[in-house]
Amino acid sequence: MQIHDTPQLKAEARDLSFYYGEAKALKHINMPIYDKKVTALIGPSGCGKSTYLRSFNRMHDLYPGNRYEGEIRFFPDNTNLLSPEVDPIEVRMRIGMVFQKPNPFPKSIYENVAYGLRVRGENNKRVLDDKVEHALRGAAIWDEVKDRLQDLASNLSGGQQQRLCIARALATDPELLLFDEPTSALDPIATAAIEELVHELKKRVTILIVTHNMQQAARVSDYTAYMFLGEMIEFGKTDEIFIKPQDKRTEDYITGRMG
Amino acid sequence: MNESAHLSSQFDEDLGHLRTHVLQMGGLVETQVSAAIDAYSSGEIASVKTIVDTDRKVNDLEVAIDDDCAHIIARRQPTASDLRLVLGISKIVTDLERTGDEAKKIAKGVRRIYEAGHMPAQFGVGVRHIAEAALAMVRQALDAFARLDTELAQNVIRADADVDTEFKSIMRQLITHMMEDPRTITTAIDIIWIARAVERIGDHAKNVAEQVIYIVEGRDIRHTGKKGNAA
Repeated sequence: MQIHDTPQLKAEARDLSFYYGEAKALKHINMPIYDKKVTALIGPSGCGKSTYLRSFNRMHDLYPGNRYEGEIRFFPDNTNLLSPEVDPIEVRMRIGMVFQKPNPFPKSIYENVAYGLRVRGENNKRVLDDKVEHALRGAAIWDEVKDRLQDLASNLSGGQQQRLCIARALATDPELLLFDEPTSALDPIATAAIEELVHELKKRVTILIVTHNMQQAARVSDYTAYMFLGEMIEFGKTDEIFIKPQDKRTEDYITGRMG
Repeated sequence: MNESAHLSSQFDEDLGHLRTHVLQMGGLVETQVSAAIDAYSSGEIASVKTIVDTDRKVNDLEVAIDDDCAHIIARRQPTASDLRLVLGISKIVTDLERTGDEAKKIAKGVRRIYEAGHMPAQFGVGVRHIAEAALAMVRQALDAFARLDTELAQNVIRADADVDTEFKSIMRQLITHMMEDPRTITTAIDIIWIARAVERIGDHAKNVAEQVIYIVEGRDIRHTGKKGNAA
């Protein structure tokens, strides 16, 4: 499979470095994120892929001592997401995140999805109803929950909870969705449902996904980046990375030769 | 090509077995071709039966190796150089099996010719010459696979052009013979079949060499007209 069209940039890391206090966790990363494509980040534990992913919605701001260098440009408006003038809340409206373990709020299914909209100041019941339904449909869980929207979200199965979290992220119409190992706590069926959903979602949103499961990266992504020790070793089309990687380190990792 | 060990030693073992079996199959095919050429030169048609019998073993190996490839893909989901090795091998065994078939055709043609009488002396030389060239190609292609040697593979690809040219010249000679003396037609047609089989053996060796380049470099040079030169 070849990707013929030249995709547009949705975001771009430019000479991005990140420090946890003294420890340099990301080293001069340059990488494009293409619009309405799925980009997978792979690499061994501790390579910085989650750190990198979290930089996009300013998750690191919560802890003192964390420091960014370089920029992440977000298009079409060419905002530097890391700029201190940019409000993290605003960033998170445009960039949603789904975590490794489903983490619904201890509220009803409905309120989980409506939460982001309420934070944004939306209180009109009809608008909320519409948007909640739209987000739940978008996350392929509407049919399973439409008759019990007022049930506690924690009563759902793990796979359903994860799709609910995706719906919650979708509710604010984000432009970029960040997935941090979204299926590592799910069984193969629920995993397949999420992967199928990722495929659907990329029609309208750009996706950046961290995964430990290389076959998953190969299945769901258009582009793959291999990271190691805080560096971006190789970025390329997924087909090329998995058939003919250019860097020996990428090759060793994806063929299972990393000692 | 990546020669360092996998985290899974079982995977290394699986791939090791796969390569060994291909070389084993290659060895059998090489023997078939070589025996067929000897039979052509010497008229020792006793070896024809051995060549035909060997073909059964070659066929069995093809099926077994393809099955191993399917198992490795299903169980290991190979990627990058491992993936290319498995895909390459799966194509190489097809070409080796067909090389064996061509050797069998040569052997049977030889038997027809010698059973019908003697090989007319003027026919022998040209065919023997390209047959030796094709056999050398098969050997080199297998060596190139065993050592993952792309330079040797490129030599094989280049050599195929010579075999093709020589095949055409043999055809012209045989046509001349047939026109001069129609009594030679039966034998000449058998020799044409043999020369054709030899030419096909060269093609299969070239295909194997192309797969070696794919396995090592990830470049698919089939149908590109490139003679294995760097892209």
